[in-house]
Amino acid sequence: MKYMANVVTLELYPDRCTGCGRCLEVCPRAVFAKNSKTVRIVDRDRCMECGACMMNCSFGAIRVNAGVGCAAALINGLIRGGEPQCGCDGSSASKPSCC
Amino acid sequence: MAVELFDLRGAGSGGGNTKAKANAPIVPTRWSRRDRLGRLKCRLFNSFRMNYTVDPGIYALGTPDRGSPVLVTANYKLSFDLLRRELAGFQAWIVVLDTRGINVWCAAGKGTFGSEELIRRIRSTRLPEIVEHRRIILPQLGAPGIQAHIVKEQTGFSVEYGPVYARDLPAYMNNGHRATAEMRKVRFGFRERLELTPMEIVPALKGFAVFLAAAFILLGLQPAGILFHSVLRNGLPVAILGAAALLAGTFLTPLLLPWIPFRSFALKGFLVGAVTTAALVFLIPAPAFQSLYLQAFSLVFFPAASSYLALQFTGSTTFTSISGVRKELKFGLPLYIAAGAIASAFIIFFKLQEWGIVP
Repeated sequence: MKYMANVVTLELYPDRCTGCGRCLEVCPRAVFAKNSKTVRIVDRDRCMECGACMMNCSFGAIRVNAGVGCAAALINGLIRGGEPQCGCDGSSASKPSCC
Repeated sequence: MAVELFDLRGAGSGGGNTKAKANAPIVPTRWSRRDRLGRLKCRLFNSFRMNYTVDPGIYALGTPDRGSPVLVTANYKLSFDLLRRELAGFQAWIVVLDTRGINVWCAAGKGTFGSEELIRRIRSTRLPEIVEHRRIILPQLGAPGIQAHIVKEQTGFSVEYGPVYARDLPAYMNNGHRATAEMRKVRFGFRERLELTPMEIVPALKGFAVFLAAAFILLGLQPAGILFHSVLRNGLPVAILGAAALLAGTFLTPLLLPWIPFRSFALKGFLVGAVTTAALVFLIPAPAFQSLYLQAFSLVFFPAASSYLALQFTGSTTFTSISGVRKELKFGLPLYIAAGAIASAFIIFFKLQEWGIVP
């Protein structure tokens, strides 16, 4: 299943990529594939912006505005003003069900 | 508060020296009745799940030695239990991070399953003295919180990402610590979605109670007071439509997700809500629905409610992005507010007509 088309903030900078393949290892959505020496994005719309690839790329070749795709968290953030926050840590009773 | 954990009867027997040095409690791979009951309660009660923890630290599975693999997990007891159960037959060390009782995936998103905590825990458990190798296996879904190269730099331990699901661990371990492409993917099948729907339905019931109270008061209200037969005549069909919209958004849409057109959850929920509402309004003979105003109210309000509820399911999926949800809300929220206002206007007209003020 894929989510909305053309919204994801994932960026890959091929000039910094060494083709180590760490991103392929951590991505749970099979967004990347390896091209002989470097990695390329095969399907951007599959990305859920979890940030695993960016965090684990020691060459700074990947950027993404990572976050959790949860409407309740975003609405919570809008109401309280500030960052999106889900109630998963028990601090909010509104919707502690996502995790 | 940590839950009282294990029967540690095995702790004294065999290879006791390693354990004394490591000071790691030995944990069984088999689940007790209490473990099974705990899992069930986690699925049913939020309050129980939020306090279902194990103490952070290091644990021994079987009789591990200095060469045994090290696996890292969160201190949500169900995560820990699934890991130890799947590792039956292996000798291994388990390092439990303090994630405040939250599972690996969610804790990684918050950063509590993170490099900082991992580095701290490697040091506090004296892992470098317990094992002679310098490799640790992390669950793949912990990766959003971890910078493997920083961990290596700070502790000397190389991070190896294991499969997404604990059940693939034996195959992974026996395959020279290599995960297949399939093991690296999160799945979100019919069963997974079905399992998550109670978490959508139960919170929505609170809103439904408020809706029912408001609907009964409003629809029962007559110049002579709130009349019971009036509640029954108009309120009952509206209550049924409300329940249908609730199920459309929290149950049908999640369950039928891949087969409903559109990628947007709001649109999927709207579509299912509109079909359900239209079918009920036009097919079920209810005298109240002879009023065009009440029909109009129903056709505006219930599909919008179903859409809003379906949008909440984004938090339970394993493929929605924050940018996508942001876009849905940007278009959706103004429409929900507009739908609410229009629906209220229709209800006012319905009452005015009922009281003979407007034709």
